[in-house]
Amino acid sequence: MIEVRNIAKSFGKVKAVSDVSFSAPDGRITGLLGPNGAGKSTTLRVLYTAIQPDQGSASVDGIDVSRDPLEVRRRLGALPHGAGLYNQLTARENIAYFAAMHGVDKSERSDRVQRMIDLLEIHDFADRRTKGFSQGQKIKVALARALVHGPRNVILDEPTNGLDVMATRSLRHIIRKLREDGCCVLFSSHVMQEVAALCDEIVIVANGRVSMAGTTDAIRQKTGCDDLEDAFVRAIGRTEDAA
Amino acid sequence: MNRFLTIVLKEIKDNFRDRRTMLSALVFGPLFGPVIFAGVISLTLNQATGKAQKPLPLAIVGAEYAPSLMTYLGQQDTEIELLEVDAETAIGLVREGEKEMVLLIDAGYGESWEAATPARVSLVLDGSDQSTSRQARRARGYINGWSQQVGAMRLIARGIDPNVARAINIDEIDTSTPSGRAGLVLGVLSYFLLFSMLAGGMYLAIDTTAGERERGSLEPLLTLPVTRTALLLGKLAATCFFMSLSLAIALVALAAALGYVPLQRLGMSVEFGPTQVVTAFLFMVPFTLIGASLMTVVASFTKSFKEAQSYVTFAMLAPTLPIMVAAVMNLKSTAAWMAVPSMSQHLLMLDLIKGEPLNATFVAISVGSTLGLGVLFAAIAVFFYRREKLLM
Repeated sequence: MIEVRNIAKSFGKVKAVSDVSFSAPDGRITGLLGPNGAGKSTTLRVLYTAIQPDQGSASVDGIDVSRDPLEVRRRLGALPHGAGLYNQLTARENIAYFAAMHGVDKSERSDRVQRMIDLLEIHDFADRRTKGFSQGQKIKVALARALVHGPRNVILDEPTNGLDVMATRSLRHIIRKLREDGCCVLFSSHVMQEVAALCDEIVIVANGRVSMAGTTDAIRQKTGCDDLEDAFVRAIGRTEDAA
Repeated sequence: MNRFLTIVLKEIKDNFRDRRTMLSALVFGPLFGPVIFAGVISLTLNQATGKAQKPLPLAIVGAEYAPSLMTYLGQQDTEIELLEVDAETAIGLVREGEKEMVLLIDAGYGESWEAATPARVSLVLDGSDQSTSRQARRARGYINGWSQQVGAMRLIARGIDPNVARAINIDEIDTSTPSGRAGLVLGVLSYFLLFSMLAGGMYLAIDTTAGERERGSLEPLLTLPVTRTALLLGKLAATCFFMSLSLAIALVALAAALGYVPLQRLGMSVEFGPTQVVTAFLFMVPFTLIGASLMTVVASFTKSFKEAQSYVTFAMLAPTLPIMVAAVMNLKSTAAWMAVPSMSQHLLMLDLIKGEPLNATFVAISVGSTLGLGVLFAAIAVFFYRREKLLM
């Protein structure tokens, strides 16, 4: 369960997020949709406690991100934008490192790592150094790394960026599996079709504000557009007029 | 504590796998310094002592005027060449560099000799050349030897004790131990050692900040339930480990290289065995914390690996400043200087190389002040690592 209440964040003079509120319930896939520079990544960064909000608050499972960031991180599996791996370590070592850092007991660490390798189907390159991995391979390893401690809340920042069709499909498959397990999945994307195909709940962000939120159907109704793309454009357009 | 260790081990494994980095950190850095150093020193020594061993080549014009001098010179360690040219030509030969040195014997030599007045000879040479100056000193020594010998005989012939003509006799008592003289030459070594040490940790210091950010692995790392302080301290510890490794290799290489330097030819002996290696390692290793933190702080200001590399290389020169001051001002170990990191290591290194016993209080001050400044620098590094800007 992830909740965001009226957060704002500026970097110098640039206001990255002005006022964002939403909640992402357990057992649902929530999509943060918006154009580039809308403030999606900044919002997610606040959630996985890489940065602190200037105003407002956010919580994971009811735990405030500013008050107890370590506990928040324990309950989160986060895949930040870019997903850099350690080139000199193998995929398995990369995953095991994060397992150890999450405090996964040594006795069950290799089992957990193996389960992730099975889940993400990365057997073929699990024991190769990650240097030279394709973007799809990297994302899979990074995801395995983020999920190895079995978090109940998962945050993915533009996970499908740079993935081909097959890799995107298998990623969707994994995200759905997480929902089936009752996890709270929050992911951001600037690709409308991506969100439409996967999400139960959609939060449309533009210019650092939430311009619309609800289920896919609710958004169609609100905007009066049958086509979600039109609805998206209309939702963004409104805030741009306002600004 | 567990996670701290996990970080340290991971960084060490990561760094060890990077072959290029390993090569520069553990091979080129620590080995090349001592090897090149030993090479240069032995070359210099060979030049300095080599010429003294060989007979002195001496071209002479007008040898026929001074047969007894010729006989005397012939008995010395010389190689005489008789020139059949006039004085003008001989001077020209030296000016053009065809002859290093020519001894001109005046036509009036014989007459003065008979009259027991000073007979004239001239030594033609280019004094701006150091090695010629050395040769000239030898030539002058031989001729003076003959002059004194004959002078003494003349006094005896007149019934006078030759010692009457000598009012003062100077005895030189050189208190420098053989190794003390070597210390002057080897002082530069502490700089080499410090530099190898810094070079050993440079890659990791950059990699843990600018490098990790550039690669995009920093942000995932920050999502882990570990404080940034713990993360940075783990990385600093790994950096210190590599710096210590470089230092150890450099010291062993130095000990080995010194075995090939013919210092004994100058009557010097440098004791640099296992005991000295271990001692030097122990008083130099506290400096790794300052070095690692300094490089990490500098690297955390930069945007990319390349940018970090140029700034860190520059920062690596900072610890050499106190060493330069110590070398130029010819400072000796005192309690006050021991409070200055890098200078204190340099001075202790000099003492060690000279074979002088190390003052335990001095070592304690050096280690204490170095660790103190190291902790301060580490705190600054942690401060910068905790800023949100680290990610941007």
